[in-house]
Amino acid sequence: MAAASSCGGAGCGPHCPPAAVVAEDATAERLGRLSLSRDCGRCGGGAGAVAVAGGVGLCGECFRAHLFGKFKLSVTSNAMVRPTDSVLLAFSGGPASRVALQFIHEMRSKAIESWDASNSQALPVFRVGVAFVDESVLCSKPEQEIDMAIEDIKSIVSSLSVGVKATHIAPLEDVFSPESTDGEGRLREVVGLIDDDTGKEDFLQCLRMLSLQKIALENGYTKIMLGACASAIACHVLSATVKGRGYSLPADVQYVDTRWEIPVVVPLRDCLAQGLSLLCELDSLKTQQHLDRPSNGINRLVASFIERLLEENPSREHTIVRTAQKLKPFSFNKFSADGYHDFLPSRLRPKFQNVDNDESTFSEILCLICGSPFSESELRNMESTKHKAQKKTDLYTAHCCQNCHFQILPSGGNLYEHFFSLLPKFWTGKVDTVSASHSLLRDQIEEYLLEDNDD
Amino acid sequence: MDSSAVDGARQPPARAGSRLCTRCGERKAALKRPKTLEQICRECFYVVFEDEIHRTIVDNNLFKSGDRVAIGASGGKDSTVLAYVLSELNRRHKYGLDLFLLSVDEGITGYRDDSLETVKRNEIQYGLPLKIVSYKDLYGWTMDDIVKAIGLKNNCTFCGVFRRQALDRGAALLKVDKIVTGHNADDIAETVLLNILRGDIARLSRCTFITTGEDGPIPRCKPFKYTYEKEIVIYPYYAITHYSYILMSLCSTHQVYSYGIYSPNAYRGFAREFIKDLERMRPRAILDIIKSGENFRISTTTRMPEQGICERCGYISSQKLCKACVLLDGLNRGLPKLGIGRSKGMAGGDSDSEQQDKRSERNRSSLQGKHGNIDF
Repeated sequence: MAAASSCGGAGCGPHCPPAAVVAEDATAERLGRLSLSRDCGRCGGGAGAVAVAGGVGLCGECFRAHLFGKFKLSVTSNAMVRPTDSVLLAFSGGPASRVALQFIHEMRSKAIESWDASNSQALPVFRVGVAFVDESVLCSKPEQEIDMAIEDIKSIVSSLSVGVKATHIAPLEDVFSPESTDGEGRLREVVGLIDDDTGKEDFLQCLRMLSLQKIALENGYTKIMLGACASAIACHVLSATVKGRGYSLPADVQYVDTRWEIPVVVPLRDCLAQGLSLLCELDSLKTQQHLDRPSNGINRLVASFIERLLEENPSREHTIVRTAQKLKPFSFNKFSADGYHDFLPSRLRPKFQNVDNDESTFSEILCLICGSPFSESELRNMESTKHKAQKKTDLYTAHCCQNCHFQILPSGGNLYEHFFSLLPKFWTGKVDTVSASHSLLRDQIEEYLLEDNDD
Repeated sequence: MDSSAVDGARQPPARAGSRLCTRCGERKAALKRPKTLEQICRECFYVVFEDEIHRTIVDNNLFKSGDRVAIGASGGKDSTVLAYVLSELNRRHKYGLDLFLLSVDEGITGYRDDSLETVKRNEIQYGLPLKIVSYKDLYGWTMDDIVKAIGLKNNCTFCGVFRRQALDRGAALLKVDKIVTGHNADDIAETVLLNILRGDIARLSRCTFITTGEDGPIPRCKPFKYTYEKEIVIYPYYAITHYSYILMSLCSTHQVYSYGIYSPNAYRGFAREFIKDLERMRPRAILDIIKSGENFRISTTTRMPEQGICERCGYISSQKLCKACVLLDGLNRGLPKLGIGRSKGMAGGDSDSEQQDKRSERNRSSLQGKHGNIDF
């Protein structure tokens, strides 16, 4: 396809692409795109194949249908979106979240169509809102560029045919409100206390999730949808391994994550970044790259390692994600609330109802900052520190996982108190509640307890 | 077994800001410890290095008093340091072990000759009995013969498969209870990553075990599981200086065979480089990878390959014939590419059906050649 247009109509035929075009083709091929004109392997129609998926060359239409099929399958087979839901899509403006926006919008349009056509109109149609977390406080980009990016985002959302519920542009520092009036200063200060570059980046990631949760809670959303794709998850798998977070890793690579107040769903988990970029290009979906966050430290090293692996084997990302999927997920990686599946089509319902509910009780202890579940050794550590805890800070420290302890908590122990006082109350408040209820319980049963040194 | 900490393990308060050893606070710091970046003196380095290995051995109950233990000695830095440290610790902490050196002679001219010399010197120096088992004796082929038969490509497969068995066979001859190998923390971290990259969940679950093959005849263990490669290099640099020269010259040779340009998995080299970069950025990353590997939640329903025994030689194998027998069969029948890689077409335009015929023929016929009648 590219070769045919390469001569620019100079009449020298499709077999003589100039050198520059050959080089371009090589790059294009690496991106999963076919440069040779071949027929689509699925529809067999006249359209030339433009992309490869599952070893078959697909035309633009089929490629789109292929990706949409994956998206829809993960949404329906995991009961991600119910008719009564209000979905908040985390939108960065990048290709992955752009495609997620397009697809969920498409699903909603179809649902509205069938709602219009149905006689009873008994079931409502889910609603969609878009959230963009504005981190301009921490990046050194000129204001003008940031304004442009935000304008881009607004125009992308407003261009959709069926309107979304709302577009929320929330500055990251809002996570500190309402308890602090100077959110910006507090954000800068707390980030400044973290020495490790990787730690800083991971901490911001946690704040981002908190920000999304806050928007969702304040505006009545019932689900948060992320655009995390297979490539991003592959990077996460390796960086979590490298950071010693092997135990909690399976929690982060599933379709559904209900450990947060508002459950998080990841419908693009099976799509590669290059495919999503290609789709944006083919369908001329507008994206914005002004506010791309450069990654640092270990996360960057992992990303460049994966890039290198891809040169040797383009499907390596899939293999990495598949390995992580074989690990045992946690009980919070599925929807288990009573009546949750009632709105599902009857043919799907048995699938979820047959799931054994042995471990449906949510008993994992989660890290105060990153929310990763504690491994057995971390639990033991926590228990022993909690018993010795004198101050509230000791309690907070005990509730941080080993990785956060190393890369996020400030290096001097005397700074802990200050650090924890700066954190959003949303995090520290949870530990306060737990410890308060624990001590209340202890008070009630005190007379029956034996001292530790009695045995 | 004496598990009390050695004298130097007491931790006096460190004097911040000085160039004194952060551990003893008395002597001048001589090096930055690769594992923790602490500035410590030479004496303290020996102490922590040896003490950590001692702790690993004690905490994991690697040995019982009276065990006969073979040290897999390649003549490279890891196994030489292992032999030295293990014999020292055995003496110091009264483990009560009978230690042996066990070497494999692959028959690679110019490569093994030197390293076997090193091992022979170790035998005298540490007073450990040495047993050398050669490919020639076990399989009837030297590596040089194999390379002549199949060329430079794919010979790593033969060398690796044969070496694994040779060590076990040598150990059986020595009637030992355990084999120890010099695999270090870097090696284990690399294996964890590789198993993630290739999606091998069964291996991922067991590659961080400190002892493997406990249900087999001779378990293997890795006392260097938590020991950094860099520290293994530093240790002889000070402690057994006269060996270090030979060691260094050997490592480079070995690398060519393990990760060289002929290696079929280029990503193994990438992974090793990646780990080195990581270590520079965050030294504890190597231990963190091992920790991740130990803590992965691997479902108990994950299907593990069934361990059987080779019909021909009795060695553990998941197939009817063990890999060594398949490879050996190929060599002896003049089809050296049998058993390498997937069922690709063979060089010289052999068609798939032809190859299948050969395979089924191979399964029917017993090993007729004069070489390789091996019994385990």
